[in-house]
Formats: sequence, C-alpha cells, structure tokens
Amino acid sequence: MMNETLTTALAPLVDRSWDSFGMPVLELQVAQLMPVVQRLRTEFGFTLFLDVTTVDYPARQPRFDVVYHFMSAQHRSRVRLKLQVSEEAPVVPTLTGIFGSARYMEREVHDMYGIRFDGNADLRPILLYEGFVGHPLRKDYPMEQEQPIVPYRK
Amino acid sequence: MMEYLTTRKDDLVGWVRKFSLFPYPFVTACCGMEFMSVSSTLYDTDRFGAALPRFTPRQSDLLMVVGTVSHKQAQVIKKIYDQMCEPKWVMAFGACATSGGFYRNYAVLQGVDKVIPVDIYVPGCPPRPETVIDAILMLQEKIANDHHPILPYEQQTPPRV
Repeated sequence: MMNETLTTALAPLVDRSWDSFGMPVLELQVAQLMPVVQRLRTEFGFTLFLDVTTVDYPARQPRFDVVYHFMSAQHRSRVRLKLQVSEEAPVVPTLTGIFGSARYMEREVHDMYGIRFDGNADLRPILLYEGFVGHPLRKDYPMEQEQPIVPYRK
Repeated sequence: MMEYLTTRKDDLVGWVRKFSLFPYPFVTACCGMEFMSVSSTLYDTDRFGAALPRFTPRQSDLLMVVGTVSHKQAQVIKKIYDQMCEPKWVMAFGACATSGGFYRNYAVLQGVDKVIPVDIYVPGCPPRPETVIDAILMLQEKIANDHHPILPYEQQTPPRV
C-alpha cells in the first residue's frame, strides 16, 4: 500500500510510473528530479541513497537513462527513478545537497558515461585516471582501446 | 680423499643462486589463494629453496606477479621492479598476469610483460600448485644455465633491458 500512496502522491510530478517486481519505478523529467527526491526523503522516509547509474541505448533518442535507487529502511521498500538524458546535453542536477553520499557515485557515473552533474564541484576521475580520454562504459567506446599510463616496452 | 674440485664460475654461481630465491609476492587477485596454497605446508615451495617471501622489493630477487594488473597498478609494479636489486627474475603467475586473461577491456594491462621483462609464465586460471612448482623448477634451471657476470651491472654486455 506504500507503493500506491507514493505513486498517487507523486503522480503530478512524474511522466510514467509502473511496478517492477514489487518496486515502484517513476519516469520523470530532469527538471522534476529535485522536488521528487526532496519529497521522497522528507515525506516517504527514503533516507538511503543506494545508487546512481546510467543505461546507454545507442540507437535511441534521447540516448541515456540515468537511474537512481533509494531505500526506506522505515518502510522496508525501495524506489527507482529514471531520467532520459540526451547525448548533446548530458546534464543532470546533483543530489549532493540532499545526500552527501552522492558525491562519489556521481563521480563514477561521470567517469564511465560522461554524464555531468550540475552543482557537483568535484567531478575528477575516481576510478579512471587523469588524462583518460572518453567514457569506457558507453557502447561506442572501442572495446580494444587501451590508454596505458606506463609506456610499453619495445 | 678429494681435496679440490674444479668447476665453471657460472655453474657455481648459478647453483648458489638457484636455491636461494626470495620471492616478492605482488598479489592482486584471486590467484593469491593459489599462491597461499603453494607456499604453505601441503605443496611447500621451501623444498625448492624458494620460500620465505620478503615483503620489500629491496630484499627479494624473484618478483611473482600474482593476479590481474590494471593500468593504474602498472606504475606501481614498474616502480617495484625498479627497486629490486640485480640479479632479479620475474614470474607471471596465472592467465591475467601473463596475457590479461579474459579481461580484454579499457582497464586491464594485457600481460605484465608489456611493462617489465618476464622470465617465466605460469598458465592457468588459477594455476594448479603443481604448475607453479614446475615453473619454479624451470626457473631454477634457467638460473643454473644462465650467464652470471661478475662485472658490475653497468659494465655488463649485453645489458639487461
């Protein structure tokens, strides 16, 4: 019943919502992210920011899905948010103001997919290294391309 | 009663060196489990004079690269190799250290021989302890048959690269 109250309460803010194996999935516009997350945290007790990641659909327009997961220990439930982001302007507002743990996860997504998080002041590489060109988890990154730090022996 | 014996200098030095290998285990991945098994009592590399791992490269002469090496770790392993004193040997332990294994991607170094010279490659994912012991024996044979110059490192011909 938690899921129904959540989806009905947030219905004006989201484009589409459905149920995925008992977890509500909300698809929304980038502009609605901050109000939705704010309400999830304050009204519905989703105090744990589990993950942010991205799915790359090379043939689709807009190309990326940015996916967020939140958990409420109080209600023992999880929720998934999906944002569609285009390749030309891959910008999403940062969640660092609401969840401090978003800093490192957003850095990783920036590394791997090149999604920029507007407002996250520290988007240095976290898993990759300085000087790495491209975003390796995008589908168009060449599978055999190497960017060694130490020059190879002859 | 034998009062003296003659031998070649290279044979003598090689015989001395091959039974006093001090490994430095650079363990990065799951092959480390197999390294523990091969160096502990059941298989026991001490029988071949290659036990007692030294956990500083300055006291060791066999660098065992055990496991996957990523591009970020390649600079560490290069530095460790440069810190080791001559004479030194390198063993690539397992498929990942040998060739990158099944990691054909942006992150993993495709074989540790891209950055440091390797003397012996041990196949397997992970290698059986018998394979490692076989590799140690082959390395000892290589050391025994090697040329052991008395000249300082800088004056050797040909210089090791």
